[in-house]
Amino acid sequence: MKHFDVLVIGGGHAGAEAAHAAARMGARTALVTMTLSGIGVMSCNPAIGGLGKGHLVREIDAMDGVMGKVADKAGIQFRLLNRRKGPAVQGPRAQADRAIYQREMLAATQAQDNLTIVEGEVVDLKMSGQKVTGVELADGTLLHSTTVVLTTGTFLRGIIHIGEEKHSGGRMGDKASVKLAERIDSFGLPLGRLKTGTPPRLDTRTINWSVLEEQQGDDEPAFFSFETTKLAAKQVACGITHTNERTHEIISKNLARSAMYGGHIDGTGPRYCPSIEDKVVRFADKTSHQVFLEPESLTGHTVYPNGISTSLPVDVQEDYIHSIVGLETAKILQPGYAIEYDYIDPRALDASLQLRATTHLFLAGQINGTTGYEEAAAQGLVAGINAACLAQGREPVQFSRANSYIGVMIDDLTTRGVTEPYRMFTSRAEFRLSLRADNADQRLTPTAMDLGMVSVQRRALFDSKRDALEVGYQALSREAYTPKHISRAGIAVKEDGTRRTPYQLLAFPDVQFKDVVRVQPDLSAIDRPIQIQLARDALYANYIDRQQKDIDRIKKDEAHVIPTGFTYAGISGLSNELSAKLESARPDNLAQAARVEGMTPAALALLLAKLRQHQKKSA
Amino acid sequence: MDTIFALATAQDRAGVAVVRVSGPAAHSVGMQMCGTLPKVGSFAVRPVSSDGDLIDRGLVLTFAAPHSFTGEDVIELHLHGSIAIIDRVLDTLSAFDGVRLAEPGEFTRRALENGKMDLAQVEGLADLIDAETEFQRAQAMQTVEGALSKVVEDWRARLINAASLLEVTIDFADEDVPVDVAPEVSALLESVMSQASDEISRSYVSERVRTGFEVAIVGLPNAGKSTLLNALAGRDAAITSEFAGTTRDVIEVRMDLDGLPVTFLDTAGLRESDDQVETIGIERAIARAKTADLRVFLSENVSDLPLDPLPQDIVVAPKADLRTDGTGVSGVTGAGLNALVQEVKAVFADRATHSGLTSRARHRTSLQSAVTAMKDASRLVNQGPEVYDLAAEELRTAIRSLEFLVGRIDVENLLDEIFSSFCLGK
Repeated sequence: MKHFDVLVIGGGHAGAEAAHAAARMGARTALVTMTLSGIGVMSCNPAIGGLGKGHLVREIDAMDGVMGKVADKAGIQFRLLNRRKGPAVQGPRAQADRAIYQREMLAATQAQDNLTIVEGEVVDLKMSGQKVTGVELADGTLLHSTTVVLTTGTFLRGIIHIGEEKHSGGRMGDKASVKLAERIDSFGLPLGRLKTGTPPRLDTRTINWSVLEEQQGDDEPAFFSFETTKLAAKQVACGITHTNERTHEIISKNLARSAMYGGHIDGTGPRYCPSIEDKVVRFADKTSHQVFLEPESLTGHTVYPNGISTSLPVDVQEDYIHSIVGLETAKILQPGYAIEYDYIDPRALDASLQLRATTHLFLAGQINGTTGYEEAAAQGLVAGINAACLAQGREPVQFSRANSYIGVMIDDLTTRGVTEPYRMFTSRAEFRLSLRADNADQRLTPTAMDLGMVSVQRRALFDSKRDALEVGYQALSREAYTPKHISRAGIAVKEDGTRRTPYQLLAFPDVQFKDVVRVQPDLSAIDRPIQIQLARDALYANYIDRQQKDIDRIKKDEAHVIPTGFTYAGISGLSNELSAKLESARPDNLAQAARVEGMTPAALALLLAKLRQHQKKSA
Repeated sequence: MDTIFALATAQDRAGVAVVRVSGPAAHSVGMQMCGTLPKVGSFAVRPVSSDGDLIDRGLVLTFAAPHSFTGEDVIELHLHGSIAIIDRVLDTLSAFDGVRLAEPGEFTRRALENGKMDLAQVEGLADLIDAETEFQRAQAMQTVEGALSKVVEDWRARLINAASLLEVTIDFADEDVPVDVAPEVSALLESVMSQASDEISRSYVSERVRTGFEVAIVGLPNAGKSTLLNALAGRDAAITSEFAGTTRDVIEVRMDLDGLPVTFLDTAGLRESDDQVETIGIERAIARAKTADLRVFLSENVSDLPLDPLPQDIVVAPKADLRTDGTGVSGVTGAGLNALVQEVKAVFADRATHSGLTSRARHRTSLQSAVTAMKDASRLVNQGPEVYDLAAEELRTAIRSLEFLVGRIDVENLLDEIFSSFCLGK
């Protein structure tokens, strides 16, 4: 009988990243997927990255993960969003060729050491008390594993709606596993219901591209992986069109036939990614909405019209599509649909994404109430690493709000829970200025190296970059120049007698690296990518110093660990409401407790006092 | 959870003494001591006994959580204010299991923890209890009622609104969002900034109302300054003699001038002196006079003095009892005394109309750092979307400062500081 350290159920973005992470850690890993073709499928829009999301991909890559590398190979249009805003809020994004992405992800998965791909349907979990010990497949095969990572997306009571039609299932074409769902129900976990929608897919050959506005990618592409240096796939443009009053009229008239508006769906949808029905109803004064026409692949004919997801019946979808400029004769290859599904309240998980009540079982991805490939993959990474740690008897690895977007997300999920599908935004990260996409490697690769999960070439790349940054920083800080000297070099500074180093000059928003080279010519010897990063560090240096105080305070609070069995009920002075909230959130430490909704400073002080008492007693 | 009790009134003989009991056992303890309790939210006279031994007969009030001062079950025993009765009742209470004497400030702490008050309100309560004059009472009451917290919450809401506008342009750059948010963000910032700045300047006045205004009496030696102080105080606070230079140290007398707390300072006479001790006294006099809120120059000719009067300062001739023109002030006869007091009062009453919602340096510091951050944010917003990330960061700082003010965050040290200023049972 086979025995694994880590067994991952599901080959989506969470599952793939989890399996790869565990395998890189040296754990004997199995990835169980219904079919090989299910690995690396992009079931929604054919794009990776974006604001906040691009940060997540960079962070995954900093841990030597797979998503960034595969996305770079599959990228058919790269754009750095917010290019004209500060570097901290710029996010890399790419249109990805669906077929290449799938092919490359499968290839990478097959090539990964310590990783076995098992084709089969998991129908049940094997248990020993409150501990998961393996899985049972549909053909009766038993697979033993020390830990199991469940990444099954929307399979829990997933229902697909197209107008009044509905059928159960995960995504289009996926089978729903009833027995596994019943097993999960038996754990008595808190559940919630969410919904999400997709647009109808169109045939590129039936779109009148000649009348449409074009959107090109960047001339100088920003890649996801720190290892990627050049484009792999041919680059293409996207088209832009708009809905119009006629489109909106068709939708308004047929609202009652929409699954979302006809009362067929109870789940909560995301506010930031509304269906076209939502847009027409909620923003009734807008007579037009933008639609991006994104090619799904260089080889196929499918186009993803981004911005018009729907759950209207097929005939209405055809009518409104044909009312849009350029799409008058467009053929729908696959109608848009809405899916509603159960998610498990992520407050039932600890910061390693392990269930508190059922041990050795980790959850990652959409099942935790998130949306997006990047959010799923990042959770997969965390779950995979920690499942491997548990199996190998190592301490769990915690990502913190102060070191990564991954940490922000895990903390948000496990302490606050979700009320709508959770998506990453840069504004969720209070330490945004230090958590940049460009320095993800500086923040996380050392941890990955300590865990022994990076390749030899990655380590070499990182070491040389770190050295170059240090040498560059020293060169920039070595000498301070008089205002006179600086002015002569063409930089306007106050004649206040203060000497400034080139590094300090770079903190002025309008000073660029080429300007300080005139102040100190030997700086031109620094490599351009290193110049860019040093300039960014310098730009934010003052703010980062200030934020460091907050970060230190968080670290101090994080050091106050709340023991697993800690009871909140009966703490003198803690309101019943708050103790109930803490009881369900089960924060791991004081910093997390502070972020529990409704937490007051006084209650926090009280908790701290109790923890100290507790420590004294147990000491 | 412990049930706590304490004497809520002053520890002395009095007409009435109030003992307050709060916590889960409050009602059961009350029933054991009083037989039955009046129904919740009402009061009635009950015998108060210890083991069947009648201690006193008093008015008993019953409150049920969360509708009480602390947010817990509470009973209040209004007893006769006898030291013996109080001692016996407190002894009886402490004999119950899980019932103990409250720590200083513990009732208020529980009120805070149960969300019945916020930090600023608690501070206001401390001031209210310490209030000696009408102006102080009115000011503290405003804080207890949450006037400051309300204003700050409103500012905070506006700043969060401004921040969200900036964040929309950052996080949804790729979508259909409003492009130019700068005018709206600037307007929000301006409105909060001007109100907060105004509140900062008013806080200095409020601080005076809370701690008292200082009036320094200055003049040549033997001008009758100490005699004047004693006349104002109605007692011999300062030593007087016919010898010039009698007063060496600064002597303070605190008074309530129609609700305004005012401290008069008697200072050493200002002259050149060879006496080392007197010279120190003179230096001290000048220093204190300079920092005082108002100076009364007891002098015929101020150019004789090493100190110049400021615009609102009062100059009055000394020793009116020895004058024939009917001007001046005399501590001996009381001539001109009332006019002087009225004049001092008028100056401070005018200033007190500019008092604000806060009187504490802690609040002012938070407001100041919020205003500084808002100024930076405002400047950055006007520079354009390229630096919105920095503007948003400044806004976060401003919001954090306001949260600190009402005690939403970083409160550990603050609590200790606040609760240390409370005495038992308040």
